[in-house]
Amino acid sequence: MSLPAPLDLLPPLLDGLRVTIRLTLGGAVVGIACAVLAGVGKRSPLVPWRWLCAIYVEVFRGTSALVQLFWFYFALPRFGIELSALTAGILVLGLNGGAYGAEVVRAAIAGVPAGQREAAMALGFSPRQIRWRIVFPQAAVAMLPPAGNLLIELLKNSALASMITLSELTFQGQILRANTLRTVEIFSLILILYFVLAQIMSYGVRRLERALAVPR
Amino acid sequence: MEPHSSLPSATRPTVTMRGVVKRYGKLEVLSGLDLDIACGEKLALIGPSGSGKSTLLRILMGLEDIDAGTIEAFGKPMWTATPNGAAAAPKPELARLRRRFGMVFQHFNLFPHMTVMRNLTEAPIHVLGMPEGEATQRARELLSGVGLADKADARPAQLSGGQKQRVAIARAVAMAPEVMLFDEVTSALDPEVVGEVLDVLRELARTSGMTMLLVTHEMGFAREFSDRVVFMDGGKVIESGPPEQVFEAPAEDRTREFLSRVL
Amino acid sequence: MTPKPIFDWQFAWHILPQLLSALTVTVEAVVFGMAMALVLGLAWALLRRSPRKLISRPISLVVEVIRSTPLLIQLYFLYFVLPEAGITLSPLATGIIGLGIHYSSYTAEVYRAGIEAVPRGQWEAAWALSLSPARTWRAVILPQAIPRVVPVLGNYFIAMFKDTPLLAAITVAELLKTAKIIGAAEFRYLEPLTLIGALFLVISLLASQVVGFLERRYGTSF
Repeated sequence: MSLPAPLDLLPPLLDGLRVTIRLTLGGAVVGIACAVLAGVGKRSPLVPWRWLCAIYVEVFRGTSALVQLFWFYFALPRFGIELSALTAGILVLGLNGGAYGAEVVRAAIAGVPAGQREAAMALGFSPRQIRWRIVFPQAAVAMLPPAGNLLIELLKNSALASMITLSELTFQGQILRANTLRTVEIFSLILILYFVLAQIMSYGVRRLERALAVPR
Repeated sequence: MEPHSSLPSATRPTVTMRGVVKRYGKLEVLSGLDLDIACGEKLALIGPSGSGKSTLLRILMGLEDIDAGTIEAFGKPMWTATPNGAAAAPKPELARLRRRFGMVFQHFNLFPHMTVMRNLTEAPIHVLGMPEGEATQRARELLSGVGLADKADARPAQLSGGQKQRVAIARAVAMAPEVMLFDEVTSALDPEVVGEVLDVLRELARTSGMTMLLVTHEMGFAREFSDRVVFMDGGKVIESGPPEQVFEAPAEDRTREFLSRVL
Repeated sequence: MTPKPIFDWQFAWHILPQLLSALTVTVEAVVFGMAMALVLGLAWALLRRSPRKLISRPISLVVEVIRSTPLLIQLYFLYFVLPEAGITLSPLATGIIGLGIHYSSYTAEVYRAGIEAVPRGQWEAAWALSLSPARTWRAVILPQAIPRVVPVLGNYFIAMFKDTPLLAAITVAELLKTAKIIGAAEFRYLEPLTLIGALFLVISLLASQVVGFLERRYGTSF
């Protein structure tokens, strides 16, 4: 059974979409981990760790995501580390997104009223308990809206992996275009797919925001 | 629709409002308001918060629509009644009418990125087509009139609240409106500077033939300044009359109750 | 024979001039791309405020689609579709237009926030003085809206600079493409890629300082 045009272009594109989703989700997980570690780390009393986090954030925010992708895929082998395109993609997307996320985490934590920490101390909580049981849950809600935007950025950056030959959505689109020359249809479909994915992700974040919202 | 009268304008009310209704969602702020304003009259509008006084001014200024009723100004229709509400006059007509009203706001609303001089000359130059020299000259005269001749090149941020409001009054007067609307112009001021603004209003009332509508909480000033006091409550005019009558011998219970709370 | 070090400094020094000349292409792309984004973004922002739904809704949708889909796809789209429509442009010009359109969707949002930050009383005062809509925008609203958002626009300038490597995909000889060419020719990727990474980092950091300065100067001017 063959689909009518332009839907007949969908099956090969959907293969690419699957990879895009894996790439984005993987990158998101790595990104969240890096963001939390670095965001908390920038306020750490341990000076070397604080510096390391600051350098990580500056380097990954100050350089281009695509350049980072190329570096991890083409330059790392020089150090004996050979990564697959997917691994490089997830790693770079995560590190890059995490660097921007670190600022979001840091700002959200700083935004929790000082009185919360003071009350927790007065009740005898340890610093670690205060950080993770009192402050972080409150900061988490404030982090969601900007985090939602960063997630969309991550999705858009996933397209860059096509340039290191990962067969995600954009890569499949290029192949399809070379084979069929139906440029407008292909890229319009791809735009719609990315747009729909972005809307779904935004919706998910908004639901999460509502679920976590704490009445004051 | 009332036919246009051939009587001289002095005997015809400048503004006529009949059955004016204004709603914000479910809340009815004006509930069938009737009011006539005579040419050159100095009117004080008093009443509890939420009685619709500011809304009335904003409607005359064209900042709000009405949901029912009719409004006529300078003998021309501003709002006419339709089977399911009210219709505004066509845009060019409204724009012409709008120019004959001026408004001074509670929070001054001076243009912060312009000097005082430019605040005063911007509209005369670009709306009235006044040549710059003439507009500047007129602005200087008005600034002297409000006691701020030396502040022509200052920015609003450098002025005190009382000074800002005096500039705002001068800015509105620069457009030579026939009806001036004052929306709680002293409510946002520190007590020490309220007096300087009231002085300007007093002077304006004395020297100009403008019709002036003042929404205010300054009862003492309202009494001294106005020809007529209008008490509003629940979106309607409850009582209207000369200040001595309304303040000393109010006819309505609600008026009495309000005055006993604020005086 | 001496073993080659992991990072060949001599090679790096040797290729630096070539990379710096590629930098001029990058700068050209950003300057013109940003100019386009600034003008087009303002047009979007103003059009989205149109009371006519037939204008504001489609424009909002188009801007939203451009903003939430990858720049790379938009570049490919222009690169392949424009010639089919009879418009032949150099890859650099195509790249500039792609950057301009993509980033106009961001600047439109920035302008929107700046315009909405202007207090409502300003609109009302302009109305009470019978200023025309055009005059109100020109003399009252925009002079207050735009200075406030200059630092944010500056940040997008830096972001666009970091997005210029995408132009390599449509064969523009900017920094990344040049690094790739060198890498492929000499079989050494580490030095060229690290060098351009460093160039990006240094320029971004310097530019961030400038934006910080702008923020202090324009942050609170009234």
